[in-house]
Amino acid sequence: MSSVAKKKGFGGHIWDYLTTVDHKKIAILYLAAGTLFFAIAGFEALLIRVQLMIPNNDFISAGLFNELLTMHGTTMLFLAATPLLFAFMNAIVPLQIGARDVAFPFLNALGFWLFFFGAVFLHLSFFLGGGPDAGWTSYASLSLYSPGHGIDFYVLGLQISGAGTLISGINFIVTIITMRAPGMTFMRMPLFTWTSLVSSTLILFAFPPLTVGLFLMLVDRMFGANFFDHTMGGNTIIWEHLFWIFGHPEVYILVLPAFGLFSEIIPVFARKRLFGYSSMVFATILIGFLGFMVWAHHMFTTGLGATANAIFAVATMAIAVPTGMKVFNWILTIWGGSVKVTVPMLYALGFIPSFVAGGVTGVMQAAAPLDYQLHDSYFIVAHFHYVIVGGIVTALFGSAHFYWPIMFNRALNEKLGVLTFWIFFIGFHLTFFVQHFLGLMGMPRRVFTYMADQGWDTFNFISSIGALMMGVGVILLVINVLISIKSAPLNRRDYWGDGRSLEWALETPLPFYNFKQTPLVRGYDPYWIEKEEGNKEGMVYAEPIGDIHMPNNSILPFVMSIGTFVAAFGALYSPWGDQAKAGTAESVSPGLSLALLIGGLGLTIVCMIIRSFKDDLGYHVHKEEVVQIEKELAEYRAKGGKR
Amino acid sequence: MDVNQKFTPQSWPKHAETATMEGKNKFVGIWMFLASDTVLFASVFATYLALKDQGPAGMEFTAQGLFELPLAFMMTMLLLTSSLTSVYAMYHMKNHNAKGVITWMAITVLLGLGFLALEIYEFYHYVHIGFGYTQSAFSSAFFTLVGTHGLHVVIGLVWITGLLIRNAKRGLTLYNAPKFFAASIYWHFIDVVWVFIFTVVYLMGVLG
Amino acid sequence: MAHDTHFETRSQAQYEYDRAQNAKHMRKQVTQFAIMIMLTFVAFAAVVADFSPYFIKPLILLLAGVQVVQQLYSFMHMDEKDAPHMGVIQFFIWGGGFIAFTFFVAFLTIIWW
Repeated sequence: MSSVAKKKGFGGHIWDYLTTVDHKKIAILYLAAGTLFFAIAGFEALLIRVQLMIPNNDFISAGLFNELLTMHGTTMLFLAATPLLFAFMNAIVPLQIGARDVAFPFLNALGFWLFFFGAVFLHLSFFLGGGPDAGWTSYASLSLYSPGHGIDFYVLGLQISGAGTLISGINFIVTIITMRAPGMTFMRMPLFTWTSLVSSTLILFAFPPLTVGLFLMLVDRMFGANFFDHTMGGNTIIWEHLFWIFGHPEVYILVLPAFGLFSEIIPVFARKRLFGYSSMVFATILIGFLGFMVWAHHMFTTGLGATANAIFAVATMAIAVPTGMKVFNWILTIWGGSVKVTVPMLYALGFIPSFVAGGVTGVMQAAAPLDYQLHDSYFIVAHFHYVIVGGIVTALFGSAHFYWPIMFNRALNEKLGVLTFWIFFIGFHLTFFVQHFLGLMGMPRRVFTYMADQGWDTFNFISSIGALMMGVGVILLVINVLISIKSAPLNRRDYWGDGRSLEWALETPLPFYNFKQTPLVRGYDPYWIEKEEGNKEGMVYAEPIGDIHMPNNSILPFVMSIGTFVAAFGALYSPWGDQAKAGTAESVSPGLSLALLIGGLGLTIVCMIIRSFKDDLGYHVHKEEVVQIEKELAEYRAKGGKR
Repeated sequence: MDVNQKFTPQSWPKHAETATMEGKNKFVGIWMFLASDTVLFASVFATYLALKDQGPAGMEFTAQGLFELPLAFMMTMLLLTSSLTSVYAMYHMKNHNAKGVITWMAITVLLGLGFLALEIYEFYHYVHIGFGYTQSAFSSAFFTLVGTHGLHVVIGLVWITGLLIRNAKRGLTLYNAPKFFAASIYWHFIDVVWVFIFTVVYLMGVLG
Repeated sequence: MAHDTHFETRSQAQYEYDRAQNAKHMRKQVTQFAIMIMLTFVAFAAVVADFSPYFIKPLILLLAGVQVVQQLYSFMHMDEKDAPHMGVIQFFIWGGGFIAFTFFVAFLTIIWW
């Protein structure tokens, strides 16, 4: 098994990616799938903004508008931001902690394929009778009565992809707890690893309520249960609680890894140790904890009562404290540093004020009385886009530039990157800054059009222009990626010259086993320590060169996910659903529905049985092979990447 | 080192389930899953509590009139005892007694099957007297909560049975020891959930 | 990880000591089981005996809590401090328990209609 010399046909490559359990390849799968759904959801956003560009527009119909805004929100959060962050977690976390792979490589692959098929299932709704149209929150009082199969697609698609996310979350927690290299104590872990750990913990605790909520919705709509139907004693508030118990931590699940990425970028380009490392760790954990105690601030206007509102308002405001700690720590890292303004650093510098703006409007909404005014207005839209675009998307774009050398052994173009940043950044502020005012002027969110001469026309026009600029920015980034494919391979370690953590100590392209010997970590910023001491190898080793144990590839995760995908169609076209009975949604015969359901789940279970009954012991890369692979890699690098 | 290496009771490591890296991962992994499952059950439980005795006007069935304690008591005893038998299996694993592990795990499965049979009878009985899944919000919540637990029992039974079949003849190794241990931990967790179900659903249901 | 596990065959004395310890541990667990059975009896008996619900409800919840701790620490070996990462595991389990508790409080107080 050599990672360099082996020649494969196109089909071989496809098969390789379908069966891979290598975290670096799964990272690329996540990146590709996440980018695809990011593009789709971005396109939906553009359609929304074009519709709202001028008053009384009839570019798209009201029904389609509802579907677009629902799918935009759902896709961006579940199917774009989550997988893109998983891409970086997969690519970087094992390298940062000095591991050869994740704890459960098989589950890692299963997590990806479940996510992917869930996402595809959700998007098939557009071709099979229309997408979900009750908003990404899909409140039961609205979604239970939505005709057609849109909501069913939402429920089943998210159920499948949510299972994948939960599996990946458990995998990362265990990886970070058990697979750290010798010497990599908890308080020496890089911040991105820390935030990945806390964010995975949030996944661990936040996704089960979503699973339950979606299940209740599923049986309510498709099998005649009565959880949310008030005529049968049900209560729609239960959905709101379950959704937000999940939904609020979800925001932190996304933003914490983004914080972690910036905490990696900033010290490298400020060329200074991260200021207040332990307070950063503390703040991360505190945000994770408080993130669970504030969900009802999305429900202030539901009428929970003054006591509950007050408790949740105070808890929400408290989150500003650890977040503020982080912001000050980033600023103080930059302060007095010898700053190199590269593209990742530009994104980081743009991130800090944008995110603070989003955070401050968040604290405004935490004040329950004010929230009664702001609720469901464009102010909310402006707020969460400032957090998500200003916080998460800038982190994703910045880290794409930052980590591209490690992931692909190529660099993204710096000049084009700067241009992309400015176009995107200006477009972003144009789009969303004015929406604050639109909200304060009373424009409600989720309306498909509005009357002229209410003072909203200019701001909406500006906002739409900004959205188009953001679209141009994303296209430029994609062009940058395409250019990079043709660029010369880097074949070096520490592309930015000031790398601090372990991943920069590795020479690209990486061998599939990452570390030929497990490194010994001697402190925080281990690579920096070795550089200071003039160690050319970049690390000291905890073991002699020896046999390396690696996991086997497997097609089972892919087949298992197809099984759930098939079963989802069985549930979708169930003849026992309220909509099916009322004749407002298509259904199939009970036999076919059950056959699909049992057949699909049966396929998954058969795969699980095969997995249990066939011992998967992995294989050993023998010492001689390791030496041979390292030699070939060295020759490959010396020849400038030509075989 | 070969995970299928044969051991004698004397060379068998003290904590065989966590002796290998894979074993450690499985050990931490099953616990993380259970932490997550705790929250899953909490969500279903909380939903049940919110919807207890809720239904359309003139609903016939409430918890007080519906539940019968003798059945719940028998189910509790079966599941509690199955918890002890799986502890016995783990005791024999420590002593590298493969036959003991297989025997006690098999008894665990039998007790679990007994529990499941009683639960199926109970559900059948309720549906028979008209308390069906779609009858009211209360019935949906009840069947979902207890059914989720029942589904966990089914998964546990299939899991342990699979382990027994696969490992009937090949003795204890460092490859299958973590698997037995994880299954046993999972089985105990099912009992933990049941403790809350019999207390909150049945006992407090009868109290009204 | 290929080479991080080394086993040494235990000496005869150590082996016999460990076996005796295992047996002792098992006896402890059987005692715990007996207590659990007893607690279950008490819970059912309290309900059947028809005391005031204000007395029974806290009592049986308390008994359930005790049983759960017994299961976790005795049967599920959470008391074994030398098991790998047991501190982290305890943190996660009790963290999950705490979050579960907030759900109960919320669903019993701020869901109404």
